[in-house]
Amino acid sequence: MNTSIIDAHGHDNDHSGDDHHGPAKGIGRWLYSTNHKDIGTMYLIFSLLMFFIGGTMAMVIRSELAIPGLQFVHPEFFNQMTTMHALIMVFGAVMPAFVGLANWMIPLMIGAPDMALPRMNNWSFWILPVAFGILLSTLFMPGGAPAGGWTMYPPLVLQTGDSFPFLIFSVHLMGLSSIMGAINVIVTIINMRAPNMSLLKMPMFVWTWLITAYLLIAVMPVLAGAVTMLLTDQFFGTSFFLAAGGGDPVLFQHIFWFFGHPEVYIMILPAFGVVSEIIPVFARKPLFGHDSMVYAASSIAFLSFIVWAHHMFTVGMPLTGQLFFMFTTMLIAVPTGVKVFNWVATMWRGAMTFETPMLFSLAFVFLFTIGGFSGLMLAIAPADVQYHDTYFVVAHFHYVLVPGSVFAIMGAAYFWLPKWTGHMYNEALGKVHFWTSAVFVNLTFFPMHFLGLAAMPRRIPDYSTQYADFNTVASIGAIGFGLSQLLFVWVLLTSKKGPKATAEVWDQPQGLEWTVPSPAPYHTFETPPSLSEMDSHH
Amino acid sequence: MTEPVSVQFLSVLERLACLSRRAAASQVNNLMTRKLSLSLLGLILAGTANAEWALNMPKGVTDLSLETYNLHMMVFWWCVAIAVVVFGVMIVSLVKHRKSRGVVAATFSHSTTAEVIWTTIPVIILVLMAVPTAETMVKLEDSRDPDLSIVITAYQWKWHYKYQDTDVEFYSSLARESLGARRKQSGIDPFSVENYLRDVDNPMVIPRDAKVRLLFTSNDVIHSWWLPAFAIKKDAIPGIVNEAWFRANEVGIYRGQCAELCGKDHGYMPIVVEVIEPEAYAAWIASHDGER
Amino acid sequence: MCHVPDSNNNAHNDSSNRSSDRNLIAQLLLVVAGAFAFGVFVLPPLYDVFCEVTGFGGRTNAEAVAAIEAPDLSREIRIEFVTTTNEYAQFEFAADTDSMTVNPGRMYFATFTATNLSADEKVAQAVPSVAPSSAAAYFTKIECFCFTSQAFVADEERALPLQFIVDPDLPEYVDTITLQYTFFDTARVAANTEN
Repeated sequence: MNTSIIDAHGHDNDHSGDDHHGPAKGIGRWLYSTNHKDIGTMYLIFSLLMFFIGGTMAMVIRSELAIPGLQFVHPEFFNQMTTMHALIMVFGAVMPAFVGLANWMIPLMIGAPDMALPRMNNWSFWILPVAFGILLSTLFMPGGAPAGGWTMYPPLVLQTGDSFPFLIFSVHLMGLSSIMGAINVIVTIINMRAPNMSLLKMPMFVWTWLITAYLLIAVMPVLAGAVTMLLTDQFFGTSFFLAAGGGDPVLFQHIFWFFGHPEVYIMILPAFGVVSEIIPVFARKPLFGHDSMVYAASSIAFLSFIVWAHHMFTVGMPLTGQLFFMFTTMLIAVPTGVKVFNWVATMWRGAMTFETPMLFSLAFVFLFTIGGFSGLMLAIAPADVQYHDTYFVVAHFHYVLVPGSVFAIMGAAYFWLPKWTGHMYNEALGKVHFWTSAVFVNLTFFPMHFLGLAAMPRRIPDYSTQYADFNTVASIGAIGFGLSQLLFVWVLLTSKKGPKATAEVWDQPQGLEWTVPSPAPYHTFETPPSLSEMDSHH
Repeated sequence: MTEPVSVQFLSVLERLACLSRRAAASQVNNLMTRKLSLSLLGLILAGTANAEWALNMPKGVTDLSLETYNLHMMVFWWCVAIAVVVFGVMIVSLVKHRKSRGVVAATFSHSTTAEVIWTTIPVIILVLMAVPTAETMVKLEDSRDPDLSIVITAYQWKWHYKYQDTDVEFYSSLARESLGARRKQSGIDPFSVENYLRDVDNPMVIPRDAKVRLLFTSNDVIHSWWLPAFAIKKDAIPGIVNEAWFRANEVGIYRGQCAELCGKDHGYMPIVVEVIEPEAYAAWIASHDGER
Repeated sequence: MCHVPDSNNNAHNDSSNRSSDRNLIAQLLLVVAGAFAFGVFVLPPLYDVFCEVTGFGGRTNAEAVAAIEAPDLSREIRIEFVTTTNEYAQFEFAADTDSMTVNPGRMYFATFTATNLSADEKVAQAVPSVAPSSAAAYFTKIECFCFTSQAFVADEERALPLQFIVDPDLPEYVDTITLQYTFFDTARVAANTEN
């Protein structure tokens, strides 16, 4: 064991003598790991854990909202739950899950032996448990956890109790982790592709991640800057956001959403990539319009930088500003539409089968599109005034995030699980998991459209009796959805009990990851794959 | 959370059961059964079986709230149309192009014609949506020639209304009836409180058919004054003044809520506006003007 | 930075590739630093400039300016005054008149009255804001109590003067301008009124 630790810890040069040694034993394998597969696994497990912690908070929220009147929690605690739920789901569940998938799959898909910066890879993962340890510890601090919403608008956020500096520090750490992860992804993709794999030949998942990584390094520092200014306003006498000292609270919203809107695409672009990998395999037909998919994703990324103030139509903007942000926002519908049309065209005249990953991907296309429609509605500035900060918005972003990003992550997990474990998961249970999730997710979030249109504001712990019925339905759906995820855990836990998986796993999938055995050996592509293997991809 | 969660959860289940029992038993208060069946029915019939309030945005009582509603419906129907086409094609494909029917997959992977078409058509649709929207936005900005200005100052957690050029000013907070029932496990059934959480002690009163200019600011954190029936939602920001205007066409009582998270009692600062006839308003303002 | 595993036949790990890694990492770190600097050092002043030019957020001039009178008697603009005290400010603060009618291009005076309600010395800062924001650039303060902070002894009541002029170029679609002052107690933001 000691030698193993030294081996992993004492770095790379040791490997030259023995290319095919296995992982270190015991805890050291994980603590000091520089192996992209191990780190990928840790990211995915961490993300699942956060998904359940954030999900538990969602259960508290939905239980409280099941019927009118205050039953379980005080309004202060309710606000802590909504704030923490969002922070944990965004930064702890969805983003790390995609980083985990990137770690596992990008080297396998581009024929690289590992990520380019393995030790930084280790740090960027291990920062996360620290960051979320700090964030979760605020629940036990005097004054409780942050309760000013994940958007952290001043002056409200400056009323946070003792936990305020911890909130800022944990956001800094999350940002640091994301930036390090993003740099790693970019260097890996740019410098470590198999010979002759040109950029446009890269698989869609790799492409979307490359764009996502650039978005991350462009906007995570801006978020870090914004929260740093909050910190100096609170403790060091600056007045960036305090009107009394000549600052402006609205400035924070501009900076936050300058980060925040690209962040939305950070959470959905890799999902686009996943779905673009899965649908062609089960339609037995190449992805339709690979190049236009790349251009569409790039356009979406570019547009995401010039639409931010559509989150702020009610702050009092001049007409020209409103018009500009409305038009640019509407424009995003075009490349997003191209993506959806291309997926449908990929299915068209294919020979489809409906294994669990395909089911999740199809549900993604349906339900993400519904979220896209409500997004288009929200772009219409005068109508947005009515939708803004209501349950209509809650319905919208949960549609793009849960049956959007989360379904894509689950689809990806089922899709690549046999490659990771070497065994087929339980397909029947996977399908049950899919159908319960799909039914309950709609039961939870569809009624929220009605609640929002009927004028129920978001972030309230109690509501007028006219909203009782749909809230009850949503709560039943949420608890059903939460319980369904236990099935997911069961499928994962028993995933090594199934029959042996072949290298290809599915019916003639394309791509380098299917050329290595299942489970993927600890070290892969130590010799770059040859061009002939690449040809099969295109 | 004083009691174990499991105990509290049971108590909620009990309350739910009790609510539905009472709903079934009582002819008057069959709210729960009616509501549950309505919501299921409503999902299917969308609007025909229920008052519009429950499933759709209110049309409101100003010309511009109606325009906002129309824009909302216009985009909604465009979305429905696009959904029918896209989901239609997808469903046809899901039914016809499955391996179990013995089909052999085609091999095409691009079509420039198709891609140009489905890039161009959305652009055209967007232009069709943008034009009427921009027209409405220009009207929304035209605050000229108001009959009346009211300064609305937000506090944690109440509103203050001041009628410009008069001595009339007052605070407006959650009504007493809701105050007791809103407490955690108060034992008071919210269904027994009229306008639970949506009633105030002192409503804002305005005359029908007058152009009212509202000025928003805040004493502490950011709040947002929202009255759905007037299609007005404007942030009240400390150190900044914002404006909006409306002209209410119908007499009535209209309710809204604070729409920007503003701390622990964010859910408990409702807005009530009473629109009355101009003559009644003149009397109201005269009687209140003398109070100070 | 180095790759694992290091093997002789791996094309990714020769020295030229490592240096291209380093270059790329350096570039990316530059982007990160640039983005952070953009958020902290560029966006806030840029926003200030943007606000002053467009009147966005109702921003008006923060220092005294000279103005030449050129009255436009054909046009009447209604000026409304709104006064607010912020949460920690123990002041009573109000405009002596809620509104007045003015001609563009002519100088006017208005008076506000503030009373220190506490038994301590207090320093207050009035923060102005104008609605509609499109009018802010045309509302010019010649002299204003908001240009500096105001010290009050215990229980002091004092008149605070404002001298202003509305630019005759004020767009046609504005006929009412609201000028709001929020009174802040500077103790809470002590060391930073200079910012």
